[in-house]
Amino acid sequence: MTASISLNFTPQVEYLLRIADTCLILGQRLGEWCGHAPVLEEDIALTNVALDLIGQTRALLTRAGQIEGQGRDRTLDEDQLAFLRDERDYRNLTMAELPRGDFAFTVLRNLVLGTWLKLHWDRLQQSSDAELAAIAGKAVKEARYHQQHAADWLVRLADGTDESRRRVEKALAELWRFVPEMFAADAIDDAAVASGLGPARSALREAWQAEIAAVFDAARLAAPAEAAFRSTGTLGVHSEHLGRMLAEMQFLQRSFPGGAW
Amino acid sequence: MSEVNLEWPLWEVFVRTKAGLDHKHCGSLHAADPKMAIQLARDVYTRRQEGCSVWVVRSDQIVASDPGDKAMYFDPMEDKVYRHPSFYKLPSEVDHM
Repeated sequence: MTASISLNFTPQVEYLLRIADTCLILGQRLGEWCGHAPVLEEDIALTNVALDLIGQTRALLTRAGQIEGQGRDRTLDEDQLAFLRDERDYRNLTMAELPRGDFAFTVLRNLVLGTWLKLHWDRLQQSSDAELAAIAGKAVKEARYHQQHAADWLVRLADGTDESRRRVEKALAELWRFVPEMFAADAIDDAAVASGLGPARSALREAWQAEIAAVFDAARLAAPAEAAFRSTGTLGVHSEHLGRMLAEMQFLQRSFPGGAW
Repeated sequence: MSEVNLEWPLWEVFVRTKAGLDHKHCGSLHAADPKMAIQLARDVYTRRQEGCSVWVVRSDQIVASDPGDKAMYFDPMEDKVYRHPSFYKLPSEVDHM
């Protein structure tokens, strides 16, 4: 088995990994729908979203690896970063690593995270890092579609049958405590704003709330009140779910490092 | 609430390529309503950059000619060469038809 790699966590690398890992982990969770979606067309749609996210991950991790490797004798590539880190070196939002859930949970999480990612990609097109701006230019189109797909489904389910409504409300109750982390402020974000690398999460809160409110209005849903709980995935302290997921995800790469077929 | 329908209707999908002028039939799918049909058609039938425009039509709205009438409908065209525009030369400016 291959040992974990260790990274030099500069603020820039941390910032990039927060977005890259959120895309990676959410992409993996959506991939779990393959073969299990309620209808064939949605099986294709959800796995399309997963593939888009993994594509964004690849571009971001490659860039993060280049930045992390500056002035060092090795540059980590996207595969090493995706598959050989220890659990505590992942920086995704805790919300992304929660189990796949039912279809209602999936579309709600896709809407919540999809809107967050879209707002990031929108601003990242003006990043001082030209590579990142180029990645954002492509990703923002994908993100708009992901958001629309999730919003359409949420409205249908919330305003559908008693059963679909019940599942949406259950999903809302389970998911909402993981929202505050999405807009937390810290020194990493401050450094990103100062260098022009990207926006602070906290700066996106208002826009996010407005977009979510518009969808919730159409769905006749009310956002739950904010609780005191704060998840800490972006600090590398994850829920019990990530370790289990990584064990399965990393097994092949660690058993056959650099394997190709 | 009105009677619940457990079956989604079937829709025919037509895609126009970037270079093309007409939408071509490429398959069908089930969807609950027009908006969902368009979105699913995009997800299912344009994954490999097949096109830039999508039409969907409910399958039960398509009216087709009866195969039994094929001889009566289409055979008479066989020997009417005068209906084809092949006896004059088009000017080069419009000769792309």
